[in-house]
Amino acid sequence: MIRTEELLLNVGPQHPSTHGVFRIIVKLDGEVITDATPVMGYLHRGTEKLAENLNYTQIIPYTDRMDYVSAMTNNYVLVHAVEKLMDIEVPERAEFLRLIVMELQRVASHLVWWGTYLLDIGAMSPFLYAFRDREIIVDLFNELCGARLTYNYMRVGGVKWDAPSGWIDKVRDFIPHMRKRLDEYDRLVSGNEIFLARIKGVGQYDQETAINYGLSGANLRSTGVDWDLRRAEPYSLYPRFEFDVPLGSKGDCYDRYVIRIQEIKESLRILEQAVAQFPSSGETMGKVPRVIRPPEGEIYARIESPRGEIGCYIISKGKAEPYRLKFRRPSFVNLQILPKLLIGETMTNLITILGGVDIVVGEVDC
Amino acid sequence: MNELIQQTFTWQNGLIFLGWGIVFLFIVLGFVTYAIYFERKVIGWMQYRHGPTRLGPFGMFQTIADIFKLLIKEDTIPKKADRALFILAPVIAYVPAFAVLATIPYTSTLGFADLNVGLLYYAALSSISTIGIVLAGWASNNKYSLLGGMRSAAQMISYEIPLVLSVVGIIMMNGSLSLRTIVEGQGSNFWEWNLFPQIVGFMVFVIAAVSELNRTPFDLPEAESELVAGYHVEYSGFRFAFFMLAEYVYVFAISALTTVLFLGGWHPPLAALDVIPGLLWFVLKFSFCVFFLFWLRATLPRIRVDQLMSLGWKVLLPIALANIFVTAVCLEIFSK
Repeated sequence: MIRTEELLLNVGPQHPSTHGVFRIIVKLDGEVITDATPVMGYLHRGTEKLAENLNYTQIIPYTDRMDYVSAMTNNYVLVHAVEKLMDIEVPERAEFLRLIVMELQRVASHLVWWGTYLLDIGAMSPFLYAFRDREIIVDLFNELCGARLTYNYMRVGGVKWDAPSGWIDKVRDFIPHMRKRLDEYDRLVSGNEIFLARIKGVGQYDQETAINYGLSGANLRSTGVDWDLRRAEPYSLYPRFEFDVPLGSKGDCYDRYVIRIQEIKESLRILEQAVAQFPSSGETMGKVPRVIRPPEGEIYARIESPRGEIGCYIISKGKAEPYRLKFRRPSFVNLQILPKLLIGETMTNLITILGGVDIVVGEVDC
Repeated sequence: MNELIQQTFTWQNGLIFLGWGIVFLFIVLGFVTYAIYFERKVIGWMQYRHGPTRLGPFGMFQTIADIFKLLIKEDTIPKKADRALFILAPVIAYVPAFAVLATIPYTSTLGFADLNVGLLYYAALSSISTIGIVLAGWASNNKYSLLGGMRSAAQMISYEIPLVLSVVGIIMMNGSLSLRTIVEGQGSNFWEWNLFPQIVGFMVFVIAAVSELNRTPFDLPEAESELVAGYHVEYSGFRFAFFMLAEYVYVFAISALTTVLFLGGWHPPLAALDVIPGLLWFVLKFSFCVFFLFWLRATLPRIRVDQLMSLGWKVLLPIALANIFVTAVCLEIFSK
């Protein structure tokens, strides 16, 4: 008598495709997943609790380490929340610099996603191509603020460092270069039959499910919901620039892929306009009191990070440290749909779907 | 060499034969060493990297150092593994890889055994390696290995059949299973090779062969991003090296087989180029086949298991069968 039983498989925390220390316990029937339980928290550092004992400027480096692939947007959401709470005016040049670095960061972040996603699917070369181009952006950031990954660039009221001379020109040169490269990558990957067969129709969900699960970013837009905070709830200087919000229709991994590639192109469009309008001189720091003490009150500020809606909720009791600080991390929220998507899929699709959600474990666990 | 086999066995010719075997072993090992180096270099260049550069001129000794490292590594056997099978598996995977090389004719004179069932021998022996892989997957007592091993078995069954059927057309054209006869049946001009009359068979053969080798885009048994390393996840040291060795010897074997079956073996591409020795032509064509496999690895993503199955059964198998039918009809019409 042959006895059959379900195979309980631990995917992670040490697994090449879980993008860090993320773990999913799956039950397998053959190669078909019957149950999936994500286990989080391996990278939990208690950022929110730590923040309660730090003043606002000291919290900024901690935001770098949440979504370490997109540190600039994390910087921004914190300083933006504090600025909103304190009604601080940010000089135009500083705001321009912030916008440029955020859009560069979006390009870099999507490139990392693109490379690692293709690596998950089994193509090795795109990973190296993506990192080669990301390197240019990282070098630009390095020149701007002296760091390659955790920038600690923005401050309440402005930015820490002004752009060195010639920096804007380098950004300007980068745009056509990146466009050319993107076309190349499109030819290499986007039309590949194997690749399309792997991602089309995989991990599909509809608009209602997406909204019910609170998804944001490309995960939400792939179902056709037009929700990009840069457009829906404009912040920074985004209303000044022309750009489209790419939308999908089917809500599968393919749509998410196309949206992210399109977003790189849109970011380049924004960058092009921002570089052209960049003020030649001006302050990079607004009028900010020496000790940042926001008035008593609460604020929730949210922006569009490469992964979706990143929010910062601050309760201030009028002290130099926040009474409570909460980050709404898009990776964490987007991940909640994973167990639902995985049931009935194969082991191979697990990797495709997990990669398609685009998580950064530093942000999931915070 | 062939006369040597036909002779009655004496100590003398037995020793000569053994000597040749050892020489050939070293040639193949040398090939494997430099195929790995070549692969790393080629893929490195394709990916804007340098590949190995440090050890020796142009990093030529890198693979030798890697092999040495594997030799001196601790040999670990998991506590709950099936010890006997765990030890046996790499041997079963490796030995057939070497044994299939016996039938490959390199030039009109150089070659080991000219079996009259050469092609069948190749197909039969090469599928034994899969047993080694399945055993490794089972004996490791690791879930990832098991999945890898099972995938390998399913893949072998689905692709061995189109692989064999795709060359039936050639067998019909030549009326022989002997690889030497098949090469001799092809001419000294590239349009006289089996490649053109059997272009459909060639395509099926290449796809099925890549799948047989478990290389990208069919590297499912060891799919790194899903199964970590698949069937050899628990292997270390020289047992692991045996699996790698088997994989690269199969690269050698399948490239040689492609050259023999479809690319005219030792024949030059144009009759005028006949002055260049046949061995050189063989090596050139063979190297191109090897390069092609590495090229695929740098370019393509991996296919999914269910897609792999449906490609094998629903696409390759009918095409291979249709090819046999068309070949038979053409032979019937044109040979009269």
